[in-house]
Amino acid sequence: MDKKLERILQRVQKPARYVGGEYNSIVKDKKDVDMRIAFCFPDTYEIGMSNIGLRILYGVYNSVDGIWCERVFAPWSDMEAEMRAAGIPLYALESGDPIKDFDMIAFSLGYEMAYTTILNMLDLAGLPVRSKDRHGLTPIVIAGGTCCYNPEPLAAFIDLFIIGEGEQVNIEVAELYRQAKKDGLTKEAFLKKAAQIDGVYIPSFYNVEFSQDGTISGITPRDGAPEKVTKRIVEDFDTSFFPVNDIVPSTEIVHDRISLELFRGCIRGCRFCQAGYVYRPVRSRSVDRLVNQAKSALTNSGYEEITLASLSSSDYRGLGDLCDGLLEWTEPRKISLALPSLRADNFSISLMEKVQKVRKSGLTFAPEAGTQRMRDVINKNVTEDDILNTARTAFEGGWNSVKLYFMLGLPTETDDDVVAIAELAEKVLYTWRQYAQNKSRGVRITVSTSCFIPKAHTPFQWEAQDTMEEYARKVALLRSSIRSKAITYNWHSPETSYAEAILSRGDRRLGDVLETVWQNGGRLESWSEFFSLDRWLDAMTQHSLSPDFYTHRERSLDEIMPWSVISDGVLENHLKKERTAAYAGMITPDCRAKCTGCGANTLVKGLKCDE
Amino acid sequence: MSSYRAEFSKTGTARYMSHLDLMRTMQRVFIRGGLSIKHTQGFNPHPHMVFALPLSVGCDSVCELMDFELLDDEAPEKIKAVLNKTFPDGIKVLSVYKPERKFKDIVWLAVEGQYEYDSGIDDEKLDALEAFYGREQIIITRKTKRGFGDADIRPNIYSLTLKREAPDTVRIDAVIAAQNPSLNPEHLVNALRQLAPELAPDFALFKRKAFLDKDLHIFK
Repeated sequence: MDKKLERILQRVQKPARYVGGEYNSIVKDKKDVDMRIAFCFPDTYEIGMSNIGLRILYGVYNSVDGIWCERVFAPWSDMEAEMRAAGIPLYALESGDPIKDFDMIAFSLGYEMAYTTILNMLDLAGLPVRSKDRHGLTPIVIAGGTCCYNPEPLAAFIDLFIIGEGEQVNIEVAELYRQAKKDGLTKEAFLKKAAQIDGVYIPSFYNVEFSQDGTISGITPRDGAPEKVTKRIVEDFDTSFFPVNDIVPSTEIVHDRISLELFRGCIRGCRFCQAGYVYRPVRSRSVDRLVNQAKSALTNSGYEEITLASLSSSDYRGLGDLCDGLLEWTEPRKISLALPSLRADNFSISLMEKVQKVRKSGLTFAPEAGTQRMRDVINKNVTEDDILNTARTAFEGGWNSVKLYFMLGLPTETDDDVVAIAELAEKVLYTWRQYAQNKSRGVRITVSTSCFIPKAHTPFQWEAQDTMEEYARKVALLRSSIRSKAITYNWHSPETSYAEAILSRGDRRLGDVLETVWQNGGRLESWSEFFSLDRWLDAMTQHSLSPDFYTHRERSLDEIMPWSVISDGVLENHLKKERTAAYAGMITPDCRAKCTGCGANTLVKGLKCDE
Repeated sequence: MSSYRAEFSKTGTARYMSHLDLMRTMQRVFIRGGLSIKHTQGFNPHPHMVFALPLSVGCDSVCELMDFELLDDEAPEKIKAVLNKTFPDGIKVLSVYKPERKFKDIVWLAVEGQYEYDSGIDDEKLDALEAFYGREQIIITRKTKRGFGDADIRPNIYSLTLKREAPDTVRIDAVIAAQNPSLNPEHLVNALRQLAPELAPDFALFKRKAFLDKDLHIFK
């Protein structure tokens, strides 16, 4: 180990995050490797190692001979200060080598508030943050992940974006790079070729023009870059790579368990939900394959907990069989099975009983809104009866802790909708009084509200976000409406939601703002202790941009959106129809009841959605 | 059901794992190896393993001890081989055997330390260092459960020798109290920082070498 680093590690918090050496981490012989990739996660080790996308792509990249993909995470503030003071550049965990000299630096973008961390990591690596200031072919800085559905705020910093699922396209880009390196191509020549790969977006190949009012007047591709970049998906999800021989961190991470990925996409079509749109179409893995993957992953890792990961696990067709298959194996081994994000409408007693045999944890439901009217607007097809029946089942089964998640600031929301959240919580409490088996232990009902942020590629992408004052007023209203002491109310800070809203529908002019925020100390801003709204507002002022232009402005339906080059396969007309239905309070049945013809099933030829 | 004791080393990158990290890792290593370890009884059963004396983060060791029970008897050599297959870097089982003595018989701990002086250390300074540890009393302020308190650590040092290994490195070999009360070797440096800062090294790294009983025999 580097002597300087050894000294620093004695002084920083949780040094195990910075040394690698975990079981199953991949170390290749450098002489067998002609391409080195630094897979960078713009948050801490504990967050990044919990990310299933990172684990999949780490496995996919390293399965290719000659490519060595290593992990890089953002250092905590104490470590960053020590590294800068000692002149230690950002290094990869597996080799300890500085990433500046790697061929490719790949960022995973899951959350807008991580953007400044990306700039900081490039700087820590010793690289210019702006794409135009990095002249050579090495390193190419790429990014993928959910946030890339609106890549524009990062357009100045990232050389190449990958849109959609990375399993195949990442390898295509890597192979093209290897060839380009052999052929001695320039960065520009490589990017020109890469732009021809489906699912690749090269921001520097698009001229974006703005009108006087700040909206976009035109986007023009150059050098043969496509007018539309459509997302990629794996051709066959069932058989696609799943890591069953995965890294086992030596120190505790946030999701310290096996996550089994049941399916991608979601049949529900909640109108606020970006994930529900951009991960379409619905594709699942078979029960047998999942049970085998679970067994291998648990045996190979030694984990004693497994959870099911997907957007709405209770919509998995074979959920009953899957749970039987898993429990048959996990129970005798004292391995616990956790079921996350269940919907309130099809939660079955038998499933609950089955899982309860191993460990009983709290129940979480997301009704999202307090009134049926509001839930119809957002197409959250859950009724009050569904929620209360499920709660009754849970309380009868001995559960005594329920968490309820809601959003404030949804389109068309009135004060009645807000107060109804309190009423719904009171009804859940009343249900407990009526049906709880053992009342002596009391009950805990937690109501949490977050601030609705309109997201790109959803039917609400044209909406205005509530102001922070309005959100605060609604929080106060809800607070005063909750009377019982058994109900705890938590609410998100509107400040981060405000900054997130600027970025999530932002255009490329925000690049200057991002750079200024970073220069003024912005990093690790998904952690409240490092977030400052004032820093964002000051930077907006400095660059003569109005935050409200991005957040509180309703867009006209014919406005050119900053992300209009990017397609997730869903037709824009479908989004407009859904928006009209929302305002009419009309629900759209889920995809299983009736195909809505959103268009995502045409992404891969011959693909059947939700089969 | 049989009881076993494993002696293992924890060095290099594994030095930064906390005691809790180590316990989790050990649990998983048993599962990965297919060895069925006895679980605790109770509301939340977990694999039962007992460590001799928890090791501080940042300290190497080549003499850690861990007791456990297996539901099915296995040859110690086999257990050692199975465990060593799936450790993270820096952890290695050195031997597995049936324990005969209890951890409470551990009295002393042999440690080795490297003190690094960036601007070098001359004879005069080395002599002063030797004189320092030879004092009758070494009273330092340390953090306790109830705030800060003064304590004389001199009785907890059985022996201590110094040797200059390089112009800028001094090697310390010491036998210090292992338990009741224990002396964290870090306090050997803290004592310098508090009482003779001019002698304090720029960097110090310790390694546990062996647990010893009251007669200074190696405890196994």
